[in-house]
Amino acid sequence: MSISDRVIAIIAEQAVLEPSDVTPESTLEDLGIDSLGLVESIFAIEEEFDISIPFNANEPEASDFDISNVAAIIAGIEKLVAEKV
Amino acid sequence: MKRVVITGAGTINALGHSVPDTLEAMREGRCGISELEFRDVERLAIKIGGQVRGFEAEGRFNRQQMSLYDRFTQFTLTAAKEAIDQAGLAFHGDLAARSGVVLGTAGGGVSTWDDNYRSVYEDGKNRVHPFVVPKLMNNAAASHVSMEHNLKGPSFTVSTACASSNHAMALAFQMVRSGAAPVMITGGSESMLCFGGVKAWEGLRVMSKDACRPFSANRNGMVQGEGAGVFVFEEYEHARARGAEILCEVAGFAMTSDASDIVMPSKQGAARAMAGALKDAGLNASDVGYINAHGTGTAANDKTECAAVADVFGPHADELMISSTKSMHGHLIGGTGAVELLACIMALRDGIIAPTIGYEEPDPECALDVVPNEAREAKVDVVLSNAFAFGGLNAVLALKRI
Repeated sequence: MSISDRVIAIIAEQAVLEPSDVTPESTLEDLGIDSLGLVESIFAIEEEFDISIPFNANEPEASDFDISNVAAIIAGIEKLVAEKV
Repeated sequence: MKRVVITGAGTINALGHSVPDTLEAMREGRCGISELEFRDVERLAIKIGGQVRGFEAEGRFNRQQMSLYDRFTQFTLTAAKEAIDQAGLAFHGDLAARSGVVLGTAGGGVSTWDDNYRSVYEDGKNRVHPFVVPKLMNNAAASHVSMEHNLKGPSFTVSTACASSNHAMALAFQMVRSGAAPVMITGGSESMLCFGGVKAWEGLRVMSKDACRPFSANRNGMVQGEGAGVFVFEEYEHARARGAEILCEVAGFAMTSDASDIVMPSKQGAARAMAGALKDAGLNASDVGYINAHGTGTAANDKTECAAVADVFGPHADELMISSTKSMHGHLIGGTGAVELLACIMALRDGIIAPTIGYEEPDPECALDVVPNEAREAKVDVVLSNAFAFGGLNAVLALKRI
C-alpha cells in the first residue's frame, strides 16, 4: 500500500467511513473528526510510519504541519517519511 | 432537612453482573474468589482475587468509548445504567441541572497506568496513546456517568482508599438531605486486578494466598476484588410523588479520622464513626439488627472492629449480627462500601442476612455473631455499613427499612 492509501485507511477508520469516502479534498471537519479524533489519528499515523509529527494541539495553525485537508496531511507525511530515510 | 431514600441499585462484581445475581450469590454464600487471570500473574506471590469474569466490553461500548474507558469506568457505567434504569429516572431540565454524581475510587485507571508504564519502560516505546490521561484520571468514571445520563449538578470523585465509596455516599446523602440536589448518583468502583495493582498490595504482606476468612481464628489476610456498585439516592418526597419503588432509607452517617497511623486501624476512630452515624440518624444502638463489617480478614482490622462494636453497643453487641461479604466478593478497595451496601439493602428489604463465608474457627477476640457460612433469615429495621480506610479515615452509613 502507498503512503497515501495507508494514511487514508487510518483517517477512514477514525471517521468510521469507507476509505473510498475519504477524498484528497476532504477536510477533517467534513469527515466529522473532532480535536480528540485528530490527536488520535496523529498518534495512529506516527505508530504506522514510525515518525514524529510536529503537531501541537494547543495551536494547530502554528504547527509546522498542514492539516487543512487530507491531501495536505498526506503530503506532510510523505515529506516526514522521506526525511527519515 | 429532607429524608433520603434509595430508589435504584446496580452492580458488577465477582459474584454477578447485576444486583439480582449478586444477591442470589450472597444468599447462597457463594465464593467469587478464584485464580487470577492476567498477563504475568505467574510472577506474583498472590494469585487469587475476586475477578469479574465474562465481562465483554466489546459490544457494550463503541470503539471511541473503548479508547476512553478504563475497566473501572466500564464497571461504573454498567452499574450506573442498572441503577438508573431501576429508578426509572430520566434527567432533563431542572432535575438534570441539580442532580449530580459522587463516586469513590482509590486507584482510578490502574490498568491504564500499568499498561502504559509497561509500554514505555519494558517495551521501550516512546509514544503513548493520546487518551492515557483522560482514561486513567480518578474522576473519569464520574464524568462519563454525568455525560451518559445528563447529570449537570455537583459531580466529583472521592478518594479515601478503602472508605472511598462510603465517603462518596455520605456526601451524596448530605447533598440530598440538605436540599442541594433532588437526586444524586453515588457509589464507587475499583479495578486493580492487574500485575502492578496486585504487586503493590503484595508488598504490604497483608494478602492471603488462599482465602478471605474474616473473623475466623485461622484467617491469614485480605483478598482483592474488583467491580462497581452504584445507587440512586433520591429525596423522599420526590420519590413518593413519582411513585418510585423505595429500596430503603439512608438515615445518617458519620466520618471520623483516627489521626494516629497510616495503616493500623484505631478502635476509637471506628467506634466514634459508628456511634456518630447512629446519633446523626437519631437512632439508638439497640435499634441496630445488622452491621455490614469492614471485615477485611486481616488480624489488625477484625480484632479492632469487633472491639469497637463491643464498645459502641455494649450488651447489645451480642444480640446483633455482623458479617463480612468480602469473604465472597473480595475487597473492592475504593468500591467496596458500594457493593457491600447491597447486603444492607437485602437485610432490610428481604430479611436475609448475607453470611461471612470461609469461617472455620472461632476467635475469642471476634466473639460476635458473624453469621458464619450460611445466610440467615431475620427481620431487621436498622443496619450499619462500616468502612475503615488506610490513613485512619472512617465512614459509616446508617440505613433504615421503609
